[in-house]
Amino acid sequence: MKYAGLLIMPAGFILSIAAIILFPSPAYRAIFVICGIAVEVMGLIVAVRGHMLSRSETRP
Amino acid sequence: MNHPPVMPFNETEFALALMLLLLAPLAIAGVALINTGLGRSRSAAQSLLGALVIIAVSVIAFAVIGSAFAASSMNADHVIHLVGKPWNWMGRGPLLLSDLAASSGRSQLVTLFELFAASFAAIVPWGSGADRFRLAAATATTALLSVFVFPLLAHWIWGGGWLAQLGLNFSLGAGFLDAGGAATIHLLGGLSALAVIWIVGPRKGKFPREGLSTAMPGHNAVHVLFGCLLASLGWMAWNMAGALLWLSAAPATLVMTAINTLLSATAALAATFIVTRVRFGKPDASLCANGWLAGLVTSSACAALVTPLQALFTGLIAGIATPLLVELFELALSIDDPSGAISVHGAAGLWGLAAAGIFAPQPGQFLAQLIGIATLLGLIFPSIYLLFWMLNRVVPFRVDADGERLGMDLHELGGGAYPEFVVHRDESYR
Repeated sequence: MKYAGLLIMPAGFILSIAAIILFPSPAYRAIFVICGIAVEVMGLIVAVRGHMLSRSETRP
Repeated sequence: MNHPPVMPFNETEFALALMLLLLAPLAIAGVALINTGLGRSRSAAQSLLGALVIIAVSVIAFAVIGSAFAASSMNADHVIHLVGKPWNWMGRGPLLLSDLAASSGRSQLVTLFELFAASFAAIVPWGSGADRFRLAAATATTALLSVFVFPLLAHWIWGGGWLAQLGLNFSLGAGFLDAGGAATIHLLGGLSALAVIWIVGPRKGKFPREGLSTAMPGHNAVHVLFGCLLASLGWMAWNMAGALLWLSAAPATLVMTAINTLLSATAALAATFIVTRVRFGKPDASLCANGWLAGLVTSSACAALVTPLQALFTGLIAGIATPLLVELFELALSIDDPSGAISVHGAAGLWGLAAAGIFAPQPGQFLAQLIGIATLLGLIFPSIYLLFWMLNRVVPFRVDADGERLGMDLHELGGGAYPEFVVHRDESYR
C-alpha cells in the first residue's frame, strides 16, 4: 500500500505539468495544478497509512 | 534559449555577498546544535560529529560531481524541446569545479552558496534519524543527495532551469522563486527526513503496543535554544545573500530582508509559545525552538519578497502550525521525528513557498510556486524514497538492537559525549 501511494504521487506531478502545457487559460491551469497537488496529497496519505499499518504489525 | 540576463556584480555587491556567505554557515551550525540537543545524551557526540562528516561528504560530493549538474552553462545545458517550449532539465558543467577559477566572481559566489546549501539540506534528515541512524548510512544518503538530487533541483530553480523559466515560457510570474532555499534546502531536507524516518523506523520503545507514544525529550534544552540564536544570525545572512544572488536585489533593500527574517521568526515563536501554553499549561522549550526555526524556514522563501506585515503573518501561521503538526505526526501518524524536521523544514518550507506566491505582485506567481511544490512532492519525494530504499539494501540505515541499547556514541565512536555523567537507560523513560 505504501508503494502504491508513492506511485500515485508522480501522477499528480504529471497532471500539474500537463495543465500548464495544455491550457492557455489561467483559470483552467490553476484548477488542474491544484488537482495535481490534491492527487499528490492523496498519494502521500496512502503512503502514510501504508507505513502505519506495517508498523502496527511489527510493534514490540 | 530563454535565460534571464545575469548582471555581473560590482565590487561593493561582490564584497557584501561574500561577507554574507561567510556568515551563512552559522545557520548550519545552529541546526546541528539543535539536532544534537533534541537527541539523547548517549548519541550526542555521534550527532555533532555526524553533522561535520555530512558537511565534509556533501561539500566533496557536490564539488567533484554535483556542481556539474547544477551549473548554469547558458547554451550548453541539457534541454528537451516539448510542445515548442525548451525544458532545461540539467546543467552541463565541468567536473571537479575545474573552470571555477577562471569564471566570474558572481559564478564563484553562486558555487559557494550551493556548497553550503547542499550541506544544509543533507543535515536536516540527520536530526530526524537521531539515536538509530548509522553514520555510514548518513554519509551515503548525503552523497546521493549532493551528487544527484540537490544539483538537479538547484539547476531547475537557481541555474536557469525549467522551474526558473516558468515565467518566460508559460507567463507564470517571474518563474519559481526561492531566494533563501526554502525548496532546495528545507523542503528537500524535510522530505528526505520523512524518507529516512520511514526506512529506519521509530526508536525502540517509542510506540509501545498499548497506550500513547513514549515521550523521549531532548537531552539538552540549552543546546537547542542557543542553536536557535546562532541559526538566526546565519539565516539573516543566508536570506540576504540569496536575495543578492537570485533576485539581483539592490544592497539597499537587504535590510528589509533581514528585518522580515527576524519578524517571521519572532512571530512564529510568539505563536508557538501561546499555543503550547494553552495546550499544555506551560510553554514547551523544544517546541518553541521548533517554532522559531519554522519561522526562519518560512522566511527563506519570502523574506526578500514580502512586506513586514506579511512576514509577521507568515511567521504566525508557521508558529501555530508547527506544534500541532509535531503532535499530529507523532501521536496520530506514528512518525518518530526527534528533531521535528518534517514539520519545521518540510511543512514550514512548503508554507513559505506558497506564501511567496500569495503575496507576490506578479500575476501567475502563485501558480509558479504551486508547480514548484508539485515537483518536490510528486517527483522529488518518490525519487528520494526509491534511492534511499535501494541504498538501505546495500548500507543498512538502522543500527542493530545492541547498538541502539548502548547508544550511538558508544556503539559507533567508542566513547560518549559526557563521560562523567550518568547515561539513562531505555527503562528510565517508562
